[in-house]
Amino acid sequence: MKVFALMAVIITGAALIYSTFGMPDWGDADSPANTHVSPRYIEKSIEETATPNIVTSVLADYRGYDTLGETTVIFTAGIVCMLLLRNKKDD
Amino acid sequence: MIKDFDNIIIKTVCRILTPFLQIFAFYVIAHGHYSPGGGFQGGCILGASFILLVIAHDINTVKKRMSEKLNTFLCSIGVMIYAGIGLLCLMLGANYLDYGILHTILPVDAVKARAMGTLGIEIGVGLTVMSVMVSIFLNIASGGKHEEGAPE
Repeated sequence: MKVFALMAVIITGAALIYSTFGMPDWGDADSPANTHVSPRYIEKSIEETATPNIVTSVLADYRGYDTLGETTVIFTAGIVCMLLLRNKKDD
Repeated sequence: MIKDFDNIIIKTVCRILTPFLQIFAFYVIAHGHYSPGGGFQGGCILGASFILLVIAHDINTVKKRMSEKLNTFLCSIGVMIYAGIGLLCLMLGANYLDYGILHTILPVDAVKARAMGTLGIEIGVGLTVMSVMVSIFLNIASGGKHEEGAPE
């Protein structure tokens, strides 16, 4: 059984590594991310969001839903830490 | 184990430093539109100021200034501010977290309302990050006891 598990891990890992060869090169100016959304953010963010800091406008405005998820992750981590570690007993 | 140790230099420096740290944290949160920074970074600095107080003094000093109840309350209220602004946009008739619609209830135009909405969620993120940092630090440092220090 362990052999099957090992084989499954190796095959999945090999497939994942193989798929990275299809990614665009690092910093490739012609990749889809750099030809569609990035110019739009750079050109339009000030007039659309009144925020000179493009990072903030992407983080909080264009991708606000993503940031809501991040905040929820931090909140969950804090609550779980509280639930697991907090000990009100006197012993 | 954290104990209140007697070192006047550390205590004085920490007492003088803490208000400036907190002012700087508010600056980082509020000025995130124009400079590097925002809710996550400002919340971390704000939480670090409380952690500095714990290290230089002890846990009870910090608990007097920020009780566990208040800390947990701020932790949840931060996420609630964020989700609430999103729901507010939804109720005013726009998409979730589409801050432009907030100009109907704020005395600014639609583009400026987006900046205001961004500021609102940064404040929510900052509150959550600060209280989670303080709470995790207190729980781990004191073994969940929230007293002077964990027993040996």
